[in-house]
Amino acid sequence: MHLAYPAVLAALLFCTGLYGVLARRNAILVLMSVELMLNAVNLNLVAFDVWLSEAAQDTLHSGQALTLFTIAIAAAEIGIGLAIVLAVHRNRGTSDIDKLRDTAEGPEADGPDSDAAAAQADRAGKAEAAA
Amino acid sequence: MTLAVATAAVAGVTAAAPAHTAHTALTGAAAETHGFLSPTGVEIAFLLVGLVTFGAALVTVTTRQLVHAALWLVVALGGLAVEYLLLTAEFIAWVQVLIYVGSVVVLLLFGLMLTKAPIGRSPDADSGNRWAALTVAVAAAAALVWVVVDAFRTTWIDLDGPAAGSTAVTGASLFQNWVLPFEALSVLLLAALVGAIVLSRKAKAESSSPPVNSRATPGGSPTVPNSRNHSIGRKGSVSGTDPVEATSPGKATGSAVATSQANATSPVKAISPANTTGPAVPKPASQVKPASPAKPKPTGSAETATDLAEVASGPADVTSVPTEPGSGPAEAAADGAEPGSSPAEPATGPAKQEGAP
Amino acid sequence: MTTTTLAVLVPLLPFLGAAAGLLLGRTAPGFVRPLAVLPTLTALVLAALVAVRQGGDQAVDAHTELTPTGSVPVELALHIDGFAALVAVLVGLVATCVQIYSTGYLRDDPRYPSYAALVSLFTSAMLLVVYSGDLIVLLVGWEIMGICSYFLVGHYWETPEARAASIKAFLVTKLGDVPFLIGLFALATDTGSFRITTILGAVAHGGLDHPTLIALLLLAGVAGKSAQFPLHTWLPDAMAGPTPVSALIHAATMVAAGVYFVARLLPVFEASRAAMVVLAVMAAVTMLGSGLAALAQDDIKRVLAYSTIGQLGYMTGALAVGDRSAAVFHLLSHGAFKALLFLAAGVVIHAAGTNSLAAMSRMHGLRDRIPDAYWTMTVALLALAAIPPFSGFFSKESVLGAAEHVATGHTGHAPGAAGWITLVAGLLTAVLTAAYATRLWLLAFHGQGVEAADHGRQPLTMTVVLWVLAVPSLALGGFAYRSLPDWFDGHDLTPTLTTSVLGTGVALVGGLVTYAAWRHTSALAARAPLGAVAAHPEGDAGLVEAEAIASHAPVYGDVAYAPDPSDPGRLLLGPLHRHAAVGFHLDAVYAALFVRPVQAGASLVRFLDREVVETYVRGAGALPRLLGAAVRRAQTGNVQTYVSALLAGTVVLAVAALLVATGA
Repeated sequence: MHLAYPAVLAALLFCTGLYGVLARRNAILVLMSVELMLNAVNLNLVAFDVWLSEAAQDTLHSGQALTLFTIAIAAAEIGIGLAIVLAVHRNRGTSDIDKLRDTAEGPEADGPDSDAAAAQADRAGKAEAAA
Repeated sequence: MTLAVATAAVAGVTAAAPAHTAHTALTGAAAETHGFLSPTGVEIAFLLVGLVTFGAALVTVTTRQLVHAALWLVVALGGLAVEYLLLTAEFIAWVQVLIYVGSVVVLLLFGLMLTKAPIGRSPDADSGNRWAALTVAVAAAAALVWVVVDAFRTTWIDLDGPAAGSTAVTGASLFQNWVLPFEALSVLLLAALVGAIVLSRKAKAESSSPPVNSRATPGGSPTVPNSRNHSIGRKGSVSGTDPVEATSPGKATGSAVATSQANATSPVKAISPANTTGPAVPKPASQVKPASPAKPKPTGSAETATDLAEVASGPADVTSVPTEPGSGPAEAAADGAEPGSSPAEPATGPAKQEGAP
Repeated sequence: MTTTTLAVLVPLLPFLGAAAGLLLGRTAPGFVRPLAVLPTLTALVLAALVAVRQGGDQAVDAHTELTPTGSVPVELALHIDGFAALVAVLVGLVATCVQIYSTGYLRDDPRYPSYAALVSLFTSAMLLVVYSGDLIVLLVGWEIMGICSYFLVGHYWETPEARAASIKAFLVTKLGDVPFLIGLFALATDTGSFRITTILGAVAHGGLDHPTLIALLLLAGVAGKSAQFPLHTWLPDAMAGPTPVSALIHAATMVAAGVYFVARLLPVFEASRAAMVVLAVMAAVTMLGSGLAALAQDDIKRVLAYSTIGQLGYMTGALAVGDRSAAVFHLLSHGAFKALLFLAAGVVIHAAGTNSLAAMSRMHGLRDRIPDAYWTMTVALLALAAIPPFSGFFSKESVLGAAEHVATGHTGHAPGAAGWITLVAGLLTAVLTAAYATRLWLLAFHGQGVEAADHGRQPLTMTVVLWVLAVPSLALGGFAYRSLPDWFDGHDLTPTLTTSVLGTGVALVGGLVTYAAWRHTSALAARAPLGAVAAHPEGDAGLVEAEAIASHAPVYGDVAYAPDPSDPGRLLLGPLHRHAAVGFHLDAVYAALFVRPVQAGASLVRFLDREVVETYVRGAGALPRLLGAAVRRAQTGNVQTYVSALLAGTVVLAVAALLVATGA
């Protein structure tokens, strides 16, 4: 089999996932897109492992082992990610990524004096969010 | 390689042919045996399934119905499983089906449900960033496809030999060379589990306290240490029912066997004397073929041994708490790794990856 | 103990007392008074011992060099001749009296510990100046006195007058100290040493290259310290300090330091005739101006302050005619009676509850309330007016005699012009001195009107020292003028007939004219009610004085002046009175010459700083500010935007790296 097939498919899947990460609003959809990206990497790993195990007589099967690891890590990541999304949803009432803007510069932060006030307001907002 | 060439020279002329093919396959000079415009059946199947997978992935990231996105993700991941099968990686394919299709998507659906995701079309599924995202994604895709095609246009995968990803081969590799990272991975999963529990418990403790009161106080901090202490206190009892640990006895026997086989001189015997008789099968397989991985880098063993010792000392104290059910092998692996015996060498790469997070 | 050891102990003891007082002042209040009085008293005894041992013979010289200090060595040196020994005794006596007096005067003052320690330090610094044989060591004492005067004049720092006066005293004396320092360096460069004996030896051999320059530079510092025209303006204002401090500064320490310094280095000044003439003119202007101003002052202490300036003028006049024996003789007798005058004035202010002569002149029977102060002050005023046989007469006659000696042609030491200037000015000032002394005495003790309030007897510590000081005021001159030449240069200090008759005559004339004027004007006093007394007459004298000072300007319109038609000085001075009351507008001149240009410069600098420099600063900040605003807009908080930018950059970098790697 031509190696370009799986490689190109992996690249396309990766970029699809990339688009999803960048464009989706719901945090769970972003997680799904991350899964897509991880799977693209997995496909690459498997394809190259198969290629190398024949071509270079590589018997370590590092590609497949790493694929398994990636799958396990992805499972862990999805668990933690969902827990975080749930916590955020519970605290903020939303799971939309573009509404979580605590790191934004406040609009009233204009002069050097108002920086402190903005930081204070920011902190207050965060405390409120944590509550 | 040198060993292979040496054996070939001893065996005679007949052995020269595979050595030659291996060499040409590496350099890519054997392109004439394959036609670029005459795809084989496997390639056509791969292409078709790939199209379906890619299309499903596209729909996943563009659909406005959130639940549908999860279902289309099932299609994409399933398609990938088929691709794995086509690449002769059957074990990976089944793991893909089991874990991704079976559990991850279900988890995602649960997440959608718990966050009260709207059923049906939601007009604001995409953020205002989509055009920038599209630009970046298309540019990245163009660059990647260009690079990949340019680099591998004369490279071919030989799918005819023994299956590279059969369960036996994968298992042998995994529990022969990748034992330590594998066990570290189990610790990672445990940590992820504990983390997920902490996060959701924190939310529960938060919701049980009156929201008005906690908002009136400037910081909700008093509840945080409480929940944290609580979760730590619960850690020991939780680990006993850990699903990962529950599956570990199955792996554990294998790992113990593989370890004891690979290094006959290692002090693992004291722990698992019964294992030496059991798995006689992997031994010849691993002796015929993998002479090469141990040999090319004999100098690296000293430093990798120290690296491994560090990695092993890290998880060793952590695992000592939850490993009562069937964790004898895990300790055996750790013990076996510390003297710096032979299986340590290939494990350094993944072991460091495990250690880093 | 050797004389040198004793002499070292003399300045050291008050210094240690000051240090101990400052350290223990808060923790052990019971030790403060012994620590203030005993070291000073011991220093007096030791100074007297040193004087007896020295006895006017060969000067005691001792020196040690602690460390090499470059081209011109600085040594810890003692040089005790007759001048130093006797002046040290005077300093010790006055300081002891002041310390004892202060224990009563500032009995309830919460800041007494630091006050007493500073007075000790002041005394120690003056004794250092007196004994020092090295000019740099002398300068140390000189500057310590400057800073101590700043603290002590500002003792009542709650009042704005005291704050302003302390700063003024410090700045004006420092204004003189800068050229003084340069002059010292120039002198040391010319002679190659800071040792007084070496310098005098060099001068005797004509070793000075720039005598006039050095002398004039040194004169600036002397004028600042000794309150000579034109740097005398700090001294009347320094009356805002407590009366004992005034006594200390005026009688023995600070103002005497300048005269003493010139007396020590008189050959340096004599090397330049121009400097001597300048000294004489300075003395004459100082004498006459201060005499006129004293006649117009309303504050009893300001009268005494101007009289100090005038008497210092006599001393500088004596120096201008090259007779330092006369100068130091007058310094000694003046120290005694001026200390007495100030301390008695403190008692008067306490008893009267006011420092205004106009208010006192409307008070009946003040002299019966404070008979000690009345009698001792009478003695001191007679000494001031140079009436025989009081001590002031002899010392002043020695000055006038020396001036006449030079004026009549004995111009070996000094130019004849200096003699004439000093003689004429001295005689005119004798009239004025007698006039304001009489005026002070009449207004303070012979007022008519309501009965003076009775605040009880004055503390014993305050009255005893008056009598102690009255003895030298009365008798020092008469007994000492014969023996003093043995201690000094050997100049004859006996009064000559001409100047005695002339001086006493003009003094009597001045006194009688003032008495006549007072007779004429005192009838007006009843018709122009005036005056205010302190709100807390039962408080200690320091509190009464502080209140009197603080209330003078609000009540009478000025710190120095009162619109009193019954003032004999007003009649005597006529149109001059208005100008004399404010010190002949010298403060206004200074304000126009120095203060306003400095303020204008300050406002110019302020303008430049605010408008010009700040514009550049703002301009420099504008561009980063705009950039910051632009970058800040990118901080939307949307993580997806950040990641998009990050990945776009990654793609660009990867493509670039690829193109470079493939050589495209």
